[in-house]
Amino acid sequence: MDYGTWRGVFSLIILAIFIAIVVWAFSRRTKKQFDEAANSIFEDESSIDKSDKPESKKDE
Amino acid sequence: MSQTIPQQPIEYNMKVVRQFTVMTIIWGIVGMALGVLIAAQLVWPELNFNTPWLTYSRLRPLHTNAVIFAFGTSALFATSYYVVQKTCKVSLFSDKLAAFTFWGWQAVILAAVITLPLGLTSSKEYAELEWPIDILIAVVWIAYLIVFFGTLAIRKTSHIYVANWFYGGFIVVIAMLHIVNSMAIPVSFTKSYSIYSGAADAMIQWWYGHNAVGFLLTAGFLGMMYYFVPKQAERPVYSYRLSVVHFWALITLYIWAGPHHLHYTALPDWTQSVGMVMSVILFVPSWGGMINGIMTLSGAWHKLRTDPILRFLIVSLSFYGMSTFEGPMMAIKSVNALSHYTDWTVGHVHSGALGWVAMITIGSMYYLVPRLFNQKEIHSTKLVNVHFWLHTIGVVFYIVSMWISGVMQGLMWRATNSDGTLTYSFVESVEASYPFWTGRFIGGVFIVIGMLLMAYNCYQTIRAGRRETAAGNVVQTA
Repeated sequence: MDYGTWRGVFSLIILAIFIAIVVWAFSRRTKKQFDEAANSIFEDESSIDKSDKPESKKDE
Repeated sequence: MSQTIPQQPIEYNMKVVRQFTVMTIIWGIVGMALGVLIAAQLVWPELNFNTPWLTYSRLRPLHTNAVIFAFGTSALFATSYYVVQKTCKVSLFSDKLAAFTFWGWQAVILAAVITLPLGLTSSKEYAELEWPIDILIAVVWIAYLIVFFGTLAIRKTSHIYVANWFYGGFIVVIAMLHIVNSMAIPVSFTKSYSIYSGAADAMIQWWYGHNAVGFLLTAGFLGMMYYFVPKQAERPVYSYRLSVVHFWALITLYIWAGPHHLHYTALPDWTQSVGMVMSVILFVPSWGGMINGIMTLSGAWHKLRTDPILRFLIVSLSFYGMSTFEGPMMAIKSVNALSHYTDWTVGHVHSGALGWVAMITIGSMYYLVPRLFNQKEIHSTKLVNVHFWLHTIGVVFYIVSMWISGVMQGLMWRATNSDGTLTYSFVESVEASYPFWTGRFIGGVFIVIGMLLMAYNCYQTIRAGRRETAAGNVVQTA
């Protein structure tokens, strides 16, 4: 495989990986984990004052 | 100071965060005041006082270095150290190395303050510092990388929060860019020559230059956005999924956009076209991120009415959206033929730097200062509001002036008579620019006054915090 062809193939590999990331990110399986992650930054505050705990917002 | 949480006390290293936070404000004032001075020099050239050290040519790189590497990068150090500890629920990997990054980075800035007015420069834009300082930067940056990724490695949480991905990407890419672009052969202690030459040198330089914008001034500050916007709005980010896609899309695309700085030069034509296409595509992840940030407020828009800190953060995102729309447009060759080398470029940079970078930083600093110094809130929210309006008016004044003068310059330079000769001489376009340069100067003055108010407000907050700590009355901060 010459240099130019390899570059072309490489671009396609990157594109495929990117599409895989998008599919993974929007798959149903990751939803719970991502919701927890999004709310994780509020944990330190909730341990100080529970009444201040922000409502968890739904993604969809 | 250690901050404690009732159930499980975690001792965070907030000392280095406090140091970088204070220096962010100080360098912000210095860098922006320098900008105002050189803006004034363009209108009143006498202001260089016939002193070589005070000439525009030497102060301009000092201004850019001060705002990007002293103000912006100190803010990134402060917030990344804060966010990585808070989201990983663990103290920094190494307190000694963290302290080294603070003092090392201040030494770099001090060296810049001394060498640039002396005229010691490698002449590469945004990488002007000479080789001994470049080596110090590389050492400090690798220490930063070790502290940041070391902290991620010892984290107490299973997930790495998205803000850290952006900070991590920024730290890694800046190390790569700086080391590759600064490769030089020294001929003396104060002079070196780049190992690259010709078009390759230009391409390496703008691969560096544009990704300094893409990773330092964008990815790093997006890390800030993904933590401080949800925190200040007290709502989780609009879509965490989008933030994951945003990260990977942004870092895979940005790296290709550099050639748009070299349209119609000796750079191969196909490279220019690749740069143009990639820059236009870059619009998509940029706006994805902006929408994700702004929509975090959905259902809580009313908070903007009462909270000037949140207003700083959200308006910064509007400026981000504006300049990431403008950028891809200006990367199109035919538009670039009009805009390049004119004030339009300067306006674009400042809509990004003063609108996006400075406003998200200022908002984050107003969030951080009370929390770092044992206060519940900032000394005066009213003054924050005054700062917000001074800054916004200043930025708008600045960029509108530059838009008008930029388009005017572009049109004057390309105007030809029927016999093919140029309609205007260069100096005529300079003369026509004076009113707009005055407008820019006024905008800059507004911004610096705002920064001085911020310094006063933060000083009062810190003083109140110190007083209460001395009295043994430590407020529990989050």
